[in-house]
Amino acid sequence: MPLHRQPTVSAAHPGTIRLLHWVWVYAIGCMVFSGLQIYNASPSLPFTFPRWIGLGGWLGAALAWHFSAMWLLAVTGMVYLAYGFISGHFQRDFGVPNPRLVSRDLRAALTFRLGHRLGHYNAVQRLLYISVIAALLLQVVTGLAIWKPVQLGALVNLFGGYPIARNIHLANMFLIVAFVIVHVVLVGIFPRTLVSMIVGLPAEPKS
Amino acid sequence: MNSSRRFPVVKIADIRPELRQLQRRAFLRNTLSLGGLTLLTGCDLSTNSGVDAALKSILRFDDKLQGALFNGRRLAPTYPPSAVTRPFRFNAYYPEWQVRGVPDGWRLEVAGRISQRGAWTIPALRALPQVEQITRHICIEGWSQIGRWSGVPLRAFLQRIGADLRAPFVSFRCFDGYSTSIDMASALHPQTLLALDFDRQPLAPEWGAPVRLRIPTKLGFKSAKNLQAIEVTRTFPGGFWENQGYDWFSGV
Repeated sequence: MPLHRQPTVSAAHPGTIRLLHWVWVYAIGCMVFSGLQIYNASPSLPFTFPRWIGLGGWLGAALAWHFSAMWLLAVTGMVYLAYGFISGHFQRDFGVPNPRLVSRDLRAALTFRLGHRLGHYNAVQRLLYISVIAALLLQVVTGLAIWKPVQLGALVNLFGGYPIARNIHLANMFLIVAFVIVHVVLVGIFPRTLVSMIVGLPAEPKS
Repeated sequence: MNSSRRFPVVKIADIRPELRQLQRRAFLRNTLSLGGLTLLTGCDLSTNSGVDAALKSILRFDDKLQGALFNGRRLAPTYPPSAVTRPFRFNAYYPEWQVRGVPDGWRLEVAGRISQRGAWTIPALRALPQVEQITRHICIEGWSQIGRWSGVPLRAFLQRIGADLRAPFVSFRCFDGYSTSIDMASALHPQTLLALDFDRQPLAPEWGAPVRLRIPTKLGFKSAKNLQAIEVTRTFPGGFWENQGYDWFSGV
């Protein structure tokens, strides 16, 4: 490290992450709400979503939103993965936690005794973020499979054929939405994280 | 031919609940949705807003990408006869009771960039080489079903009418008011058929009598039923659903 550089306190949420985060709020919002509208065109389960929740108003427009927002998600997703590896964010913060730590932190979290320090990831957070990244990747892959079940036939076979792949895409959407709900609840409990995601507060010292 | 087929007369009282539902649907479409409120309004492809223009231009980009991804030699999976879906689901832009019988004196017209003019009768089409396929029909709505069709490969038919195979589009017009169009590469795909039989029976009106397109490398709405005319053209022809916003290429 160059000697003239002062050691600075790094932001808990660097600018790249903050920008990507808010782009994703929009992109994932578009994907989910248009996806619900697409599902309603031919429900594979015995329920439909309320009409007011859909994006596009009808199937054709919902598909146009879905096949447009997918590019935003794909491009920013690749930027994020590249950033995560190059900056060392993944190696530093998203190492697979050992199960003992997960059960310790999970027990603490469920009894509201798990603290949160800006810029540091406890075992439960690591597990959640690794899971949602995996779920988003699975969503892209199953999405490609049902978009092109002939041209990408090998991919759709991997998921047990077109009808099953379609249901995996739907079920995995629920997992992503469940993550978003848990995520927003936790932000409600630690509102400083929201401030940090907007303006970039400095990381807190590790306890 | 099946032009003598009779459909039950429908009285207004029989369809009143459906009419009411359609009215309600139109009302809801015109009101704001949560998606519309939170994620920009004017986003249903029916306006000239900047958002709709952006969506349409991304769809055109997606079409180019799909054209590039299309491999003329990659075949849609085929299935054993035991996999055929029964009963087969009817689908059209109108309900089943509005299915049209084949008009008297029907002939398949051919037009555009072709050298052999003249309309085709069913016996003339049956005299051409026939192939059978059991493939999955995937609807843009997401459902799918496996069916058995046989008929004339469109490639053989286009060659027979001396079509300009470098023209980019093949357009289909139907006597039930429907229309669609496909790219030439997909038209020449070995599994693209002018189907005459469904499940080893001559097509009934609800399955597209007397001849329909069957193209398993595209979404179901591209497999136009009840054909009246085929045109080979250099002008983008659009189609019934495509003009309302369904993605034109719609490859699978």
